[in-house]
Amino acid sequence: MTASPPAATVKDNREKLLERAMSRYRYSGDALIEVLHTAQELYGFLPPPLLKTIARKLRLPPSRVLGVATFYHFFSLKPKAPHTFVVCLGTACYVAGALGLVETLNRRCAKPENSGVRNDVSVQSARCIGSCGLAPAVIFDGKVLARVTRQLIGAELEGIGVK
Amino acid sequence: MTVEELYGKQAEELERQQALKNRIMCCSAAGCLSCGADGLRQAISAEIAAQGRQAEIELCGTGCLGMCSRGPLVLSAADNRLYGNVTPADAASLVSANPSGKPTLPDRAIDLDAPFFSKQMRIVLANSGRVDPEKLADYIAAGGYQALGKALTAMSPREVIEEVKKSGLRGRGGAGYPTGLKWDLVMKQIPQVKYVVCNADEGDPGAFMDRSVLEGMAIAGFAVGAQQGYIYVRGEYGLAIERLQTAIKQAERERLLGHRILESGFQFRIDLRVGAGAFVCGEETALIASIEGKRGQPRQRPPYPPESGLWGAPTLINNVETFANIAPIVQNGGDWFASVGTASSKGTKVFALAGKIANTGLIEVPMGTTLRTILFDIGGGIPAGKFKAAQTGGPSGGCIPEQFLDAPVDYESLAKIGSIMGSGGLIVMDDSSCMVDVARFFMEFCMDESCGKCIPCRAGTVQMHDILHRMTRGQATEDDMQMLETLSELLRETSLCGLGQTAPNPVMSTLKYFRHEYEAHIRDRRCPAGHCQIESQLEGAMA
Repeated sequence: MTASPPAATVKDNREKLLERAMSRYRYSGDALIEVLHTAQELYGFLPPPLLKTIARKLRLPPSRVLGVATFYHFFSLKPKAPHTFVVCLGTACYVAGALGLVETLNRRCAKPENSGVRNDVSVQSARCIGSCGLAPAVIFDGKVLARVTRQLIGAELEGIGVK
Repeated sequence: MTVEELYGKQAEELERQQALKNRIMCCSAAGCLSCGADGLRQAISAEIAAQGRQAEIELCGTGCLGMCSRGPLVLSAADNRLYGNVTPADAASLVSANPSGKPTLPDRAIDLDAPFFSKQMRIVLANSGRVDPEKLADYIAAGGYQALGKALTAMSPREVIEEVKKSGLRGRGGAGYPTGLKWDLVMKQIPQVKYVVCNADEGDPGAFMDRSVLEGMAIAGFAVGAQQGYIYVRGEYGLAIERLQTAIKQAERERLLGHRILESGFQFRIDLRVGAGAFVCGEETALIASIEGKRGQPRQRPPYPPESGLWGAPTLINNVETFANIAPIVQNGGDWFASVGTASSKGTKVFALAGKIANTGLIEVPMGTTLRTILFDIGGGIPAGKFKAAQTGGPSGGCIPEQFLDAPVDYESLAKIGSIMGSGGLIVMDDSSCMVDVARFFMEFCMDESCGKCIPCRAGTVQMHDILHRMTRGQATEDDMQMLETLSELLRETSLCGLGQTAPNPVMSTLKYFRHEYEAHIRDRRCPAGHCQIESQLEGAMA
C-alpha cells in the first residue's frame, strides 16, 4: 500500500475495484458502510463527487450517503495529511497522561518556524486502540508506539522535519 | 466433516503436536505486537531454520497471554514456561535444546505460580496460550466445535436453551440480562427469518476474538432458529477483523459453518460488519441501524430486538464474552457453570487491567472475587503513590473508592456502588488523578459521542461538560454543583438510550465519593491532586 503506481492506471483500477465491491453486495443500500470502507481504503478519503456516485449506484438519496459518511468518525471527507499521529484517549491512556501528548503535538506543530510542514501533520485521537497495557499509546503513521513520553513524541516529530 | 471426523481430526492433531520436541508460542495479541512481537517471531523462526530443526520445533502465535506489561511474551510448551520482555537476541537459547529442566532464560522467566496466575480462573480465555488464532486445527485439537457437534446431534434447541438458563449466564455487556431468557424470547417468535448478532463494538479486548465466539453464535443460531449471524466489530481492531475473516473462511471450508454444518441439516452463515467509529453503536438498536447501513442512531424500545430487530426480524444480540461462554456451557453442562461465581452472578468475568497498576493485562476471575484480590494480588498493587479509585464500565461506569475494595465484583454489588460491570475495562487511578477532571474527561467523551437524536443527551452532555470544564479551571460556583446534580438526574431519567442514561454515572459517583475534591475546586479554587491548571494557583505561584 506504500508504493503508488503511476496515477493514470491507479484511477482506472480504483473505479473497477469499487464497482466490484458494490456488485459483491448486489448494489444493496444496506451495504453502504461496507462500500464507504472500501472507497476510503482505495482513495484515502471520500471526496463529495465520489459520494454522489455511490449514492446513484446504490440507489440511495445523496443526503443519506452524506449523513452516514459524516456520522462515523472513521470516514474523512478531506484528504489525509502525509503524517498522522493518532493519540489514544481511552481511559487507561488518559490516566497515563495522553492529554499532555495531544497538547505537546499541537503546541509543537503550531510553532511559527513549522509553518511549512504544519499541514503535513495531522493530530487525531482515538477512543481506544486496545493496547491499554502499554498506555499511553500513539499510532504514528500506522505504527503503534507504546508507553509514549513527550521526548519520544519530540523525536518522532523531528524525524519528519517538525522542529 | 462429520462429528466422528471432528474427533478423529482432534486425535490426529494432538498426536502431531505430541511428536514435536517443542512448540514455541509467541503472543500475537495487540499489546505484544506493539512492543516488538513480530520481530521476535521472525528471529525465532530464523533461528529454528538456522539450526535445521523445522521438523521438531513448531513456532506459532497465540492469543493474549495476559501479562501485557511484560510483553513481548513467549510460551515454551515443552517445559510449560512463560517468558517476558523477550528480545530477538534470546531466540537462540529459546530454540536450543534444554535438557537440564531449568528455565532456558532464567532472568526472563515469569513465575506461573504467582498470584497473577493462581488467583485467576479461565473459561473464556482457556484457549489463550494453547491455540494459534490463525489455525483451525489448533482449535479442533483443543476440543473446538465439539459443543456445536453435541448440540446438533444430541440436543434439541429447547434443551440447549434449558442448559443456558440453568447455567445462570447473564449478558456480559451492560445490564446483565439473563442470556437464557433472551434466547427463549427469540426462539418463541413466529417469523421464520431470524438473526443472531454478536456485539463486538464494546471495546472488549481484541483477545476474545477466537473461534469459540463463532461456535457460540452457531449454537445460538441452532437454538433460536436463525440461519444468519453478523459480527459487528470495531473498525479500530484491524487485527481482530483479519483473524475473524480467516477463522470464518476456514470454518466454512470444513463445513463447520455455512451449509450442512457437520453433515446435519442445520445451516448458519456468519458475516462480518465493520463499524466505523461511533461509540453509540454499542447500544443494540443503534448497532442494528448501523448493520442496516444507516447512521448509528438508537430508537425507542419496545419493541425490543428479540421481537423486532434487524430488518424487522427477531434478533438475538449478545456480546463477545457472552458468546464465548456458550461452548463451555453446552460441553460441560449448565450445572458446572452455575457452580462458579455468586448466587446471582455465575461464571467468570474478564477484565482488562490498566492504569496505575503493576501488572497490566488481561485477566479472568470468578464472579464475586473482591476488588482487593484483583487489584493487589493479581494486579500487584499500585507501583507509586496511593490507591484512589478503580473505574469500571468506561464512560458509562463509575469510580469505586477505597472503602469498597472488599466488595465482591458481581452485577448487584457494582450497581449498588454506582458503577456497572461493563465489558471489562478496569482502570486504576492513584492520587495523581483529579476526580473532577476524570468526570470532565468522560463527559467530554459522551458529548462527542452523543448521536444527537434526543435532546437531554445532546444538550445535557454539553452543559455538564461546560460546568465540569469551568470547575477544573477554578471558575465554578456552588450553584454549578447544584446544577450538575440536577442535570445528572435529568439525563438519567429522560435520555433515549443507554449512552445518555449512563453518561452521568462518572459524575454522580465522583460527586458521591469524592465530593471534597469538587468543593476544593469551587471554594478554595485549588486542585487537591495538583492536576488542574487553576488560575488563582498560577497567580499565587507567580506572586
